[in-house]
Amino acid sequence: MKKKYSYNIAFCGIMAALAISLGYLEVLIPFSVGIYGIKLGLANLAILSLLYLADMKSALAVHLLRIVVCGMLFGNAVAFLYSIVGGLLSFVAMVLLKKTEKLSPIGISICGGVVHNLAQMAVAVILVDNLKIAFYLPVLLIAGTVAGALVGVVSQRIIQKLK
Amino acid sequence: MAKLSKKHRNDIILLSAVLLAGILLLVIFTIVLKDTGETVVVTVDGEEFLRVPLDEDAEFWIEGYDGGKNLLVIKDGTARITEADCPEQICVKTGVASEIKSIVCAHNRVVVSIEKD
Repeated sequence: MKKKYSYNIAFCGIMAALAISLGYLEVLIPFSVGIYGIKLGLANLAILSLLYLADMKSALAVHLLRIVVCGMLFGNAVAFLYSIVGGLLSFVAMVLLKKTEKLSPIGISICGGVVHNLAQMAVAVILVDNLKIAFYLPVLLIAGTVAGALVGVVSQRIIQKLK
Repeated sequence: MAKLSKKHRNDIILLSAVLLAGILLLVIFTIVLKDTGETVVVTVDGEEFLRVPLDEDAEFWIEGYDGGKNLLVIKDGTARITEADCPEQICVKTGVASEIKSIVCAHNRVVVSIEKD
């Protein structure tokens, strides 16, 4: 990949726009199949690709930008809190796992999805102040894995094509 | 198909491990918490708001956090939320509450759960 300064700026801009649009797409498609809180995490496509194609800093910047913009556009304060905690923790998990060089983008995406769901679960336990919602934990684990795998497969293709 | 790379093999191990853990937890939760509830307990922001028997038909407006409202309907031994003023309507979509499935409205900080006496 070219390491030109202006190239990076333009690339990050495109990826940020893509991430936000994907976030919007997800709002448009009600993916809740009877169970709530289950999302594909399409925006992670852009973030994961950036992690591989650019560097960690650009990915983090785009990630934060997306969370803030999508939060302002489609969410409220509560949704934003869930989003930022889940987003940051899953990002940290993905960066650390990428450093180990043991997993492909698919595996990293799976971890991102699962950590995202677990973090949101933790926020829900704290906010609602009732441990009972832990009943939802297994469902979230499975959903995070499946969604993460799907996003990971697509991300891997994007990374291969753009590298 | 080409031979799987080491990274992809790790991916599959990870995938199966997490899925297995999820299914295992699901089974454990279902066995440990059997579905024979008797009392409907409603908490708002962590504090108990309402405690009523499940076998008496009734309707209650739950006053949630920050003025939010949810309509709890107890009928034929089941409890569900039929109306809510939150945008997500997740509690309505959750359906009937059971001992392993509480109804949660994160927006109004309302939790409807079933407890055994």
